[in-house]
This record gives sequence, C-alpha cells and structure tokens, in this order.
Amino acid sequence: MSDSDKIYQEDSIFPPPLVGGKHDFHSVTEAVCGIVESKLSLKWLIVIAFSSSVLLALFVAIGWLIWEGTGVWGINNPVGWGWAIVNFVFWVGIGHAGTLISAILFLFRQKWRTAINRFAEAMTIFAVMCALIFPGIHVGRIWAAYWMFPIPNQMGMWPNFRSPLLWDVFAVSTYFTVSLLFWYVGLIPDLATLRDRAKNKFAFWAYGMLALGWRGANRHWQNYERAYLLLAGLATPLVLSVHTIVSFDFAVSVIPGWHTTIFPPYFVAGAIFSGFAMVLTLAIPCRKWFHLEDFITVRHIENMNKIILVTGTMVGYAYAMEFFIAWYSASPYETYTFINRAFGPYDWAYWTMVSCNVITPQFFWSKKLRTNLTVTFILSIFVNIGMWFERFVITMSLHRDYIPSSWDYYRPTMWDALTFLGSFGLFFTLFTLFLKFLPAVAISEVKGVMPEADPHWEGYHHDDHHAEAHHG
Amino acid sequence: MAENRKKWGIIAEFDNPAKLLEAAQAFKARGYRDFETWSPFPIHGMDDAMGLTGSKVPWITLCGGLTGLTIGLLLQWWSGSQEYPLIIGGKPLFTWQFAVPVTFELSILLSAFGTVFGMFALNKLPTPYHPLDNYPAFRRVTDDAFFLSVEVTDPIFDMEKVKALFAELGGKDITVVED
Repeated sequence: MSDSDKIYQEDSIFPPPLVGGKHDFHSVTEAVCGIVESKLSLKWLIVIAFSSSVLLALFVAIGWLIWEGTGVWGINNPVGWGWAIVNFVFWVGIGHAGTLISAILFLFRQKWRTAINRFAEAMTIFAVMCALIFPGIHVGRIWAAYWMFPIPNQMGMWPNFRSPLLWDVFAVSTYFTVSLLFWYVGLIPDLATLRDRAKNKFAFWAYGMLALGWRGANRHWQNYERAYLLLAGLATPLVLSVHTIVSFDFAVSVIPGWHTTIFPPYFVAGAIFSGFAMVLTLAIPCRKWFHLEDFITVRHIENMNKIILVTGTMVGYAYAMEFFIAWYSASPYETYTFINRAFGPYDWAYWTMVSCNVITPQFFWSKKLRTNLTVTFILSIFVNIGMWFERFVITMSLHRDYIPSSWDYYRPTMWDALTFLGSFGLFFTLFTLFLKFLPAVAISEVKGVMPEADPHWEGYHHDDHHAEAHHG
Repeated sequence: MAENRKKWGIIAEFDNPAKLLEAAQAFKARGYRDFETWSPFPIHGMDDAMGLTGSKVPWITLCGGLTGLTIGLLLQWWSGSQEYPLIIGGKPLFTWQFAVPVTFELSILLSAFGTVFGMFALNKLPTPYHPLDNYPAFRRVTDDAFFLSVEVTDPIFDMEKVKALFAELGGKDITVVED
C-alpha cells in the first residue's frame, strides 16, 4: 500500500486530496510522461506479445468465418443471434463507463474524474471497436456489409430506416466517432507536452503532428474549454441513446422476454455497471504497474465502487421487475419465457448472472471492502462475467419461442469461442499500446484540479487573503 | 540573415497562475490589445482578466446540429418515400416517429464535428510554426511555466514600456522574440 493509500484510510471530515503524495506541476508531467519516455520494458513486451498473439486468433477466426460462412458458429434456426450479438452488447456496454466518466461526471463537475478519464475513454474506443466487429461479421456475406449504410449504389437500393438494426448502425458508429473526437480533443494539450519534451526527432514529429501546434494560449484554452464542455453535453445524451437503441434491437421485436419497455433504462444501467467494472479491472493493475497510485487514488476506486453498487442494484431491480411484469402481463408466452430462463435448460446461465450481478455489488456497502483493492479487483471480474451472461440469457430467449416444434438448444462452437477470445486480444493489444505511447492520465486536467492551479489559492496570498480563502 | 528578421514581440515568464493573472489584468488596464497569456492548463478567471469576449464555438455547434437534423430527416424521407418507396407492414412511407433515432444520431454527429473542427478553425489549428518556437524556454509552457507575450502589432506597443511593465509585475527572463 502506498503512502497516499494510507492517508486515505485515516478518518477525516475533509475529502482527501485529488492528487496524493507531494506533487507540483512539473512532477505531474514527469510522472505521466515518464511512462511514455521510458525504454520498453520486458514486462511490456511480454504483455504485447501475448495480447497480439490472441489478436491473431481473432484474425484466424474471422478469416475462417468469411471463408466458410456463419455455419461455423453454433447459431441454429430459432437462435439466429448467438454469441455474436452477446459479445456486441457486452463490448458496447463496457464502453459506456468511459463516456459516463468523461462526459456525465464532467457535467456534474466531479473533479475526481480527471485521473481516470483518459484511461476510461481509451477503454471506450477500444471496446466499441471490438463491438463493431461482431455485427459486421455476423452479416455473413461480409462483402455486402456496405448495404447497411445509405450509400448510393448501382442497384438503386436504400436501407430500411424503420429497422432498429439500422438505427443501431447509426448509433454505434456515431458513438465511436464522437468518442474518438472527444478523446483526441482531450489529448491535444498532453500531446503538446510530449512534443515539447521529445528527445528524438521521430517523437518530436509524431507528437508534434498530433498536437497540431498547441501552445497553451489563453485564447485557445477559451475555445478549447467551451468545445470540451459542448462535447460533454453532446456525449451525454448520445451515450444514453446508444444503449437505448441497442436495447431496441431486442425490444422492438415481438419475441417474448424481449418486447418490453423496461429494456432501455435497464440496458443503460447494465452498461454503466459493466463498464465501471472493466475500468476497475484495468485500473487496479495499471496504477500499480505504472506507479500511478498518487493519481488513481483509493478515493477514485471507492467512488467507482459506489457507482457499481448503485447500478448493480438497479440491474437487480430490473431482473425482479421483469419477472413481475411477466406474471402481471398474464401472457402465457411471456410468463413461460421467464420461468424457462430461471428453471429451463439455461438455468445455469441465469443463476450465474444473478449471483454475479445482484449479489456481487452488495459487498460494496462495506467501506472496508470497497476500499480494498484486491477485493475490488476480484469482484470487478465477477461483474464482467455476470454482465456477459446477462446478454447471453437475454439472447437465449430465442431458443424456445411460440411453437414447441421449433425449439432447439444453442451450443457455441470452438469458432464462437475463438472469436470472443480474439476480441480480448484486440482490446488488450490496443490498450497496451495506448499505455506505452500516449499519456495514460490527463496531464493538463490533473494540473488544473491541483490547489496551486487556482490563482486565488491561499499559498499565493499569505498576508492579505486569508479570510477569503476560507470561503473558497 | 538575423538582421533581416522581423521582431514578433516580447515575452516574459511569471512564477505562478496568480502572478500571471495579475499581469494580464495590468496589461488590460493599460489598454494593450495584442497580448496573450500562455499556460499549461486553463486558468480560472483569465478570460475576464484579459477582457476576452465569449467563445464562438457554440454557434458552430448549433449550425452543425441543425445541418445534421436536416440531413437526417431529408435522407429518410427522400430515400424511403421518393427514391426507393418500400412498403413495410402496410405503414405510410414516411412518418417522423420512425425517423427520430437516425435524425438524433446525425444531429449529434454533426454537432460534434462542428464543435471540434470549429474549435480548430477558431484556434487556427494546425499551426506547425509559431514565432515563439524560436524562444527555447517557451517549451516549458506545456509543463509548468506561465508566460505573457505582447506582439509588436499592438497599437500602443513600445519595447521599453513593455519591458518596464514586465519588470514591475515580476516578469522574468524578458525576451524579444523574432519571427
């Protein structure tokens, strides 16, 4: 446990500082840029070698799928949406925590977000990239994937704008683009820092090109801050709309267990729940590995655990409410679907989901547990697993629909598993590259929330402004 | 060559955000126009201290959003009811309700483009070269240094007066920068 972790454990009525340890502006720059500027470590090379090998598995799995067709997967006639859609919703959901941290917490002026937002936004972008693969390859005839976009073509054909699947194309691609822009705008001042510290020509040119010639003029900061605020304001309704539209993929159909109005809020809560779990899964090892304990403090971890507790409880409530409505609807199909979920052939998946998503977050009522990094890390993995199973359970509603003669049991094949595993390879390869080549913590934002950043900080006015500083 | 180079302006370093804010207020009070403060992060209250008017970025965002809204509605109305009429479930060829999600997403997308590229345009980014690149100490502006510069284009610019004011305000390393 580092010193700043210990300070956190001591009881105090004041919130602990946002940046732990003894830091000034220069040491913040050093701490974050040091990671980028240091030589490639053996540890990093091992991680990248491992994750890129797993990524190779994704290429193999996709290559085989395109060569042979979607028959290589376990999908069958009632279950036309197998793991591909499960993985798609899983990855999109993970992305949502990044936007919540970067946009919604920014609008609520939650200054603690500055330490983790860069990190979480990177996670968003890489997760959405993983997500986009699945519907893309699930179309089967991948050379016709451009039919999803309103591109003028020789067939004179246009997409069906009434289809929720098409809304999804627009929602997820907009989400990806806006997240990327938001991330890049946030990166510009820090890329300029790397440019100004560059020791070799290549780094100077590479970071210099990306930094666009940012030099920290106040007239630039004025437009920059306004643009950042607007992007946060745009990303907030966007992120809520994205998972709402993802839930429309299910809710607008007439399948029992899917055709419900609870889906949009329930999906959004689940997305934030799973996303925060993934942020924790990544942040806890990284802060140790890169010595970022002073920036990603236990206070950050605890705050995220509180959000996991809230959203996890909302998800649990949604599970209960689904059952209630199934009974209250008096629709035999609807009722049967839910009884079948809990006690049918997929009961193992249902109870895995309930144990991971409903029981796990309840441990965070205890301050001792939610400030314990080992416990948090283990529980975050359980939440990740549980949220994957939630999407699996929902998708498996397909296996028993209206006519018993068409019922079937879905089993994934090795290629389903390899594709899913491979998507983790893509995610971790990109994330490992990000950690090494880009500033993992938003340098200029962290400086901005330090007490010395405020021109009215009491340290600058020892004699005259004492009374005023207390009000601040 | 050196004698052919034009003077761009004069720059001084200040110890901390408080000193920089004070200096900006002093330059504004004396009627300077083409002065700029440079800092590693935005400083609270600096816009007022420098007497800047509000940012124009929101207007560009609004234009982007309205363009997205229009394109979204026109695209769905035209492609689905004019160019390629497709009867789905016996419903009318166009109603605004089904067009909401795509229109919404396109409005957000183009608002975001407007915001980001509008901000770039207003800030004249990318700017690969700037006269201040000739002043090596300026590199620390993205780390922990705070600067105030005055350009020769300022109507009341006078080298000696600016130098004296810098000295009075606690400016350090007062340097004339050439283009």
